[in-house]
Amino acid sequence: MKKISDIPFGYIVALIFALTSFVLIVLEIPFGKQLVREFTAFSSEMVIILPCIFILIGLLDVWIPKQLIQQHIGEESGFRGAVYVIMLAMFQGGPLYGAFPTVHLLWKKGCSMRNVFMYLGAFSSLKIPMMLFEVNFLGWKFTLARAAIALPVFVIIAYIMARYARVKGLQMKNLTYKETKGQQ
Amino acid sequence: MSKNLLLVSITLIAIIVSAVINKQKTALGLRRGIKMFMALLPQFLVLLVLVSIFFAFVPQKTLASFLMQQAGWLGIIVTAIIGSIALIPAPIAYPLTGMLAQNGVPLSILAVFITTLMMVGILTLPVEKAYFGLPLTILRNFLFLVGALIIGLLVGVIL
Repeated sequence: MKKISDIPFGYIVALIFALTSFVLIVLEIPFGKQLVREFTAFSSEMVIILPCIFILIGLLDVWIPKQLIQQHIGEESGFRGAVYVIMLAMFQGGPLYGAFPTVHLLWKKGCSMRNVFMYLGAFSSLKIPMMLFEVNFLGWKFTLARAAIALPVFVIIAYIMARYARVKGLQMKNLTYKETKGQQ
Repeated sequence: MSKNLLLVSITLIAIIVSAVINKQKTALGLRRGIKMFMALLPQFLVLLVLVSIFFAFVPQKTLASFLMQQAGWLGIIVTAIIGSIALIPAPIAYPLTGMLAQNGVPLSILAVFITTLMMVGILTLPVEKAYFGLPLTILRNFLFLVGALIIGLLVGVIL
């Protein structure tokens, strides 16, 4: 028998959301329809993106040797390591929530915290697919100016974050530990 | 849609290539991926619910017409708040900003909007927290919010 407190918070939130939407629709309150419409719009994207990302992450996890990551973007990787992660991030696409699994894998394989935040910075501001859109709609002057200013800004932020994490002894969460705990 | 198709194709090809080389390793990889997905599913559900509620209250049209009225210091701050909360995919966000630019919204405001939209995620906090823990998540979002303001202001000065 599972206790109610064992059920993850997210499932309870989702259940309440589903029930609320259902009641609103039954009562013919238009807001219910809006809720369902927005939910469908976003979940239809996530239903495709998330399984693909996690499958790719799982495969990369078994195929990429830890030594490779540790050596090139690890604690001792210096300037060159930062360039590598930034370039890696520039060739990605998709929303920010899709980048968290990726940095988690990199971190697990020995990527330094500084480079984790470099990746997130570059991912959110220098992605090439995103910048192609930007050039189209806002012009290359705007895109270049924004990118040129964003680069030093997120590099500085990455250093601050890494320093804060080191001083406080913080790391990314070890998700595999959570899993084994759940299996007991 | 075509972008999602590309992702699905890449995933399928990766599974096939991996399976041809080594079946056991592929099975292990798939198991690990699915396990991680299941472990984080609750956080992603919270994200979905939050996004649905947000956009049910503030449809994208309302958001656009609201952004159209922004100007000056207050406009930058209001825009930063909206960009931090909203979660809009790039293929939708850029046509929106393009339209705003044509309607005379200052470039600094557009830069703040884009940067906060891409870098700061209030709605994605539950997911980010699962990976980074609360202190790092809060600090990262705060620093990127400040960074976005700096980027927006400098873009406004340069252009």
